Order: sequence, then C-alpha cells, then structure tokens
Amino acid sequence: MAEMTLIQAITQAMDEELARDKRVFITGEDVGPRGGVFRATMGLFDKYGADRIVDSPLAELSIVAIGIGAAVAGLRPICEIQFADFIHPAFNQIVSEASKMYYRSNGQWNVPMVIRAPYGGGISGGLYHSQSVEAFFTHLPGLKVVIPSTPHDAKGLLKSAVRDPNPVMFFEPKKGYRAIKGDVPEGDYTVPIGPARIARVGTDVSVYAYGMMAHYATIAAEMVAQSDGIAAEVVDLRTLLPVDKEAILNSFKKTGKALIVYEDNLTMGYGAEVAAILANEGFEYMDAPVRRLAGPDVPGVPFSHDMQEFFMVNPHKIADAIRDLAAY
Amino acid sequence: MAVKTQKAQQAPPVSPELQREMYWYMLLSRRLDERTWMLHRQGKIAFHISAIGHEAAQVGAAFAFNRGVDYAYPYYRDLAMCLVIGMTPLDFMLGVYGKEGEPSSGARQMPSHWSNKKLNIVSQSASVATQVPHAAGSAFAIKYRQKVGLQDPNDPTQPRLAIVCLGEGSTSQGEWHEGMNWAGVHQLPFICIVQNNHYAISVPFDQQSAVPNVADRAAAYGVKGVVVDGNDVLAMYHVTREAVERAYNGEGPTLIEAKTYRPVPHSSDDDDRSYRSREEVEEWKRKDPILRFQKVLTEAGLLTQADIDEMEARAKRIVDEAQKRAEETPYPPGHAALGDVYAPLES
Ligand SMILES: Cc1ncc(C[n+]2csc(CCOP(=O)(O)OP(=O)(O)O)c2C)c(N)n1
Ligand SMILES: [Mg+2]
Repeated sequence: MAEMTLIQAITQAMDEELARDKRVFITGEDVGPRGGVFRATMGLFDKYGADRIVDSPLAELSIVAIGIGAAVAGLRPICEIQFADFIHPAFNQIVSEASKMYYRSNGQWNVPMVIRAPYGGGISGGLYHSQSVEAFFTHLPGLKVVIPSTPHDAKGLLKSAVRDPNPVMFFEPKKGYRAIKGDVPEGDYTVPIGPARIARVGTDVSVYAYGMMAHYATIAAEMVAQSDGIAAEVVDLRTLLPVDKEAILNSFKKTGKALIVYEDNLTMGYGAEVAAILANEGFEYMDAPVRRLAGPDVPGVPFSHDMQEFFMVNPHKIADAIRDLAAY
Repeated sequence: MAVKTQKAQQAPPVSPELQREMYWYMLLSRRLDERTWMLHRQGKIAFHISAIGHEAAQVGAAFAFNRGVDYAYPYYRDLAMCLVIGMTPLDFMLGVYGKEGEPSSGARQMPSHWSNKKLNIVSQSASVATQVPHAAGSAFAIKYRQKVGLQDPNDPTQPRLAIVCLGEGSTSQGEWHEGMNWAGVHQLPFICIVQNNHYAISVPFDQQSAVPNVADRAAAYGVKGVVVDGNDVLAMYHVTREAVERAYNGEGPTLIEAKTYRPVPHSSDDDDRSYRSREEVEEWKRKDPILRFQKVLTEAGLLTQADIDEMEARAKRIVDEAQKRAEETPYPPGHAALGDVYAPLES
C-alpha cells in the first residue's frame, strides 16, 4: 500500500496496462513528451516511446474515431480527451459509432476502448473547462460510463476499463486529481465495472453521488454526524452505466430518504435517473421526498470566484441538504 | 503529390480469366440490383439503395486488394464491391427483406449497411463519412502492430491495409478531413476511394467544393491523389493495384477519385427528376460501365455471345434463388432487438 493522489493512481494504472499488454496504446493531445496537460501520462512517453504514446492532431473526433478503428482491428486504445468540455466534436463518433458497433454488427465487431476525460468545475475553468458531461453518455446503451472518486478505485476501475471488450467512458474529477489522496495497493488488481461502493455506512439518509461529489458527500456526512448526530450513508455509484440498482435500493430500504448529489446542472442530469429508480422500485420504502442537489440550470460554470462558488455544490451545501432531509 | 489521371493502357496486362471474372461480378451485381428495384416497386420490400452505374469503380477496386483479409470499409452503395469480397446474393437479399440470419447486422440495420467479420468488412453506420477515420484507425493499428512486433509486415494472411469508400458529397464532412489527416500524418497503409457520381442526393459537386476534384485536396494531407475514369473497370483496377502496392510497401496513403454516375434515383425514396435533366441521365446511360466493358471484351475476343448468354442465365438463376430463399426465411423474433448491447467480458 502506498498513499497517492487520484492522478498518480490513474498514471500507474496506465503504466501497468501498457507494460502488461502491447496492444494497449495511448493517444490524445499533448500526451507525449508533455505528459498531458494534467500530467496523467507523465513519464509514459519516455518509458514506452512514440509508437505507443501518440500525440494526436488537435481534433477530438478523430482521437475517438482512430480509437474505434484501432479497437476493431484488435488494439486496446486509451484515448485522452484533454477536457470533457472538448468531447463534443467527438459526440457523433461516440453516439453513432462506438456505442452502436456491437449491436449493429450483430455482435461481430466490438470496440474495446477507453475514452478518458477530466471533467468538473471549481477550478476557475469557466464555461469551457468545467463541464460535467456524463448525462449525455449515460443515455447510450452500448457504452459503459465510469467515474471514480478514490485513488484505489481509479486504478482498479481504469484497469477494468482497459480490459473491457466494450467502449468505456472514464470521467475523472479533475478538481480531485491532486486534492484526493488515498491508499493504493501495489501491483495488479481490478475493481469491477458495475458495483457501487458504500463509502460510509449510515441509517438516516442515503446520499447518492459519484466523482468529486462522492468525495464531498463523505466529508459532509462526517460533518452532520459531528454536528447533529445524523447517520448518513454515502453510496458512491462509481459506475453510472450500467448502474447498480441493487445497491441504490438496498441503501434506500434502510433509510427511506434519498439525497442525490451531482455537480452538473439539475435538469435532466444523471440524478433524474436515480430518482426514477427510487420512485419506481423503492416506493414502499419512501419516507420523504426524493431530493436532488445539483448545479443551477444555467449554460455553464462562470469563471469569476463568487459566481463559481454559487454554482458549485460543496460539502457545506450537501451537509445542509442532509440536515433538511433528516428533519423531514 | 500532384493529381494525375491514370490510363489503363499504361498498365501491365490483366489475364483474360480475371477480366471475365470482373465482367461476371459487374453483371451479377447489376441483375441483383435491378431485381431489388423491382421488388420495391412491387411493394415487397421497404428500401433499396443502388450500385447501378458504379459497378466498374467497385469491381475494379475490389479485385486489387487482398480481399477478405485487408480491412474493407465499404459504403451503402457498394453492392458490387461486397459481392467481390465475398458477400453472397442471398446475404444481400436477407438484408433487403430484413430476415433472420442476415449476416451484416442480424437485420437490425437497413439494407446495404455491410459487415462481415470473417471477410474483414467492418460495420458501417448510416451517418456518412464516419467510416473514414475508422479505416485510418485500422490502418494505424496495422502499422502499429508491425512496429511493436505483433505482426510480420510481409505476412499475407494478416491485414496489410485498410480501404474505405464514400461518395463525393460525403467528403464535405469533418470526418473525412480528420481521417485523411491521420492517414497523411502517419503515412498509413490506407486507401480512400471516392465514388464521385456528381450528386449527393440532389446537390451537385460544385455546391460541395470550390475545387473541381476531390483528389485535388489530397495533397493538402500529404496523401497521393489520383483521378480515374470510374466507368473503366480496368483503369480502376490498375490505379487501385498501384495504391495497394504503395500501402504494402510502406509508401503511404492514396486517395482515388473515381468519376462515375448514378443513372437511377439516390434511393428508392428519391425522385431525381427534380434536380437533373433526362437528357443528362440518358447521356450517362450510354456510358454504362457494363456495356462498355462488354464491348472491350467482345472486341478483344475474350467474350462471346454464348458466354454472355450463359452468364445472364446463371445470374438470373442465382438472383431467383436468393430472392426465393429470402422470402421463405422468417423474420428474426421481436425480442432479438434486445441482443448484443454489450460484448461479454472475456473469462
Ligand atoms: C451525416 C449524414 N447526413 C445526411 C445523411 C443523409 N444522406 C444519405 S446519403 C446522402 C448523400 C450522399 O451523397 P454522396 O456522398 O455523394 O454519395 P452518393 O450517395 O452520391 O453515392 C445524404 C445527404 C446521412 N446519411 N448522414
Ligand atoms: Mg455522390
């Protein structure tokens, strides 16, 4: 076990997968000698060379499309999108191609690729370096969508993603790249894509979250335990598609109260699906309205400090929402 | 890099057997295609998109690469090409009828969205040009495997190039640009065949491009560009052979622009009378690639009337049989809609 940051765990996962399997290669903008703008591929170019760590043209559509064409031809691409905000030029390739290839070829051609993208706000990134884009992609059967919140899970889930025979969207909470630290086992292990993780056990309120918000929800749960003696359970979803319904419902059975937290803007965000699962399959356990805590419905996260803070969900806002729900 | 128009006369001779085989596939494709138009008019099928007029471009190209082994990314008009690669008239008819066992997609996709893993025909969507960067990606994979020691560059049992087709209108898509750019930057074993039939549904090429040839743009990508008479099957074969040799020898990508014409509507849903004159269509019908090749072969003494009669009868039998068997085949059950969403984890 070694303590490391979220981004170090991600780098280590890629390093080990590159060493394990020659079919694995990385492409994306500035991933080569620069080691990525966030340094996720730091050191990999020196270790594996220009054949396997490939600086792409500045063109997201083809970062994904080249990955698809290489994946059907038997390679295992890891495609880095520099910021999730810039994934939209590749949207057609993900929607029309990657997610549908296996289905539309009657199971003949599969696309074993990973698309990694740092996402999320609170880093003074303004409208175009702060977006949470997961809800666009969780609408696409055929894709898997994964968002880790701890270094342990980031390494294990990324390895599972590289080995998965399907296209996996791997969104990384960039605010947590260096802020989130944790123990990571040495060497090879995987965390399966699918199951959620109970990040904190509790009986009063279930908090459903992922990525940075799962990290914050855990902090908020400690805050309300200290201040109000509320026992909040935190369910870190980890995999958004396909989602772990059983874990969602099992927690709700205990608490009867649900707070769903995400940093995307509220309307039609991922939390709507969790709320629908609870309304449909958890009705008999329900003790309070199902609540969502998310960003406001504005087109983006503003740059200037106070507006950004106003937009972002943080541990204090989560703690208040837990208290509110516990008192219902 | 400069564009040049290739002439068949410059090239080495093609064996009489191969020439007759080319003629046969052009004819088979045409008869199958004509039958499908008829089935549509009879109300028996929902949709058809045709290869008529494009047979020389497709057949000439298809005979030039290691078919069934090299990655092929055909587009919806490539019936003749796919027949040469190894799809059967029955495969096609099962698609047209949307019947069980349809090999491309299990009848999930509309007809002519080819896929066959055994033949290394990679699945297409309907979204035009999306396949171009995929083909560049597969070509990248080939070069990658050779560089990292996963594949012997001279092993003919392995794919050594990726070939992709699309229409001239579809080259306006960013997908085409980005695919061409990767092919050029990495000098990939990649061939792009643009079947320029002068229209994208109704829109003429001068509304797609300020330069007269798609191939003019190839130089900007570091890709060799060639314009060829797409109604001349032997010219098409020769330019594609040259591109294939370049790809196999690590000399980089080629764009081949085959000038041709579609003398029928864009698809069974189109009415072409609103956007082009009957005179124009008639003029191109006189340049029909099958009649033209028939004349070449007959004059060279490579094809007799008896040969033609025999091929016509054989094509009719094959098409009749494919239609009959497709009609007798059941639809896949409704719940087949639920299959193949995710590939299973390898154990
Ligand atoms: C992205 C996209 N936009 C629009 C269409 C509808 N569409 C199908 S074929 C076509 C014209 C294509 O013309 P061209 O590329 O010249 O090929 P051709 O059909 O002439 O062989 C159009 C507009 C589509 N399939 N995909
Ligand atoms: Mg056209």
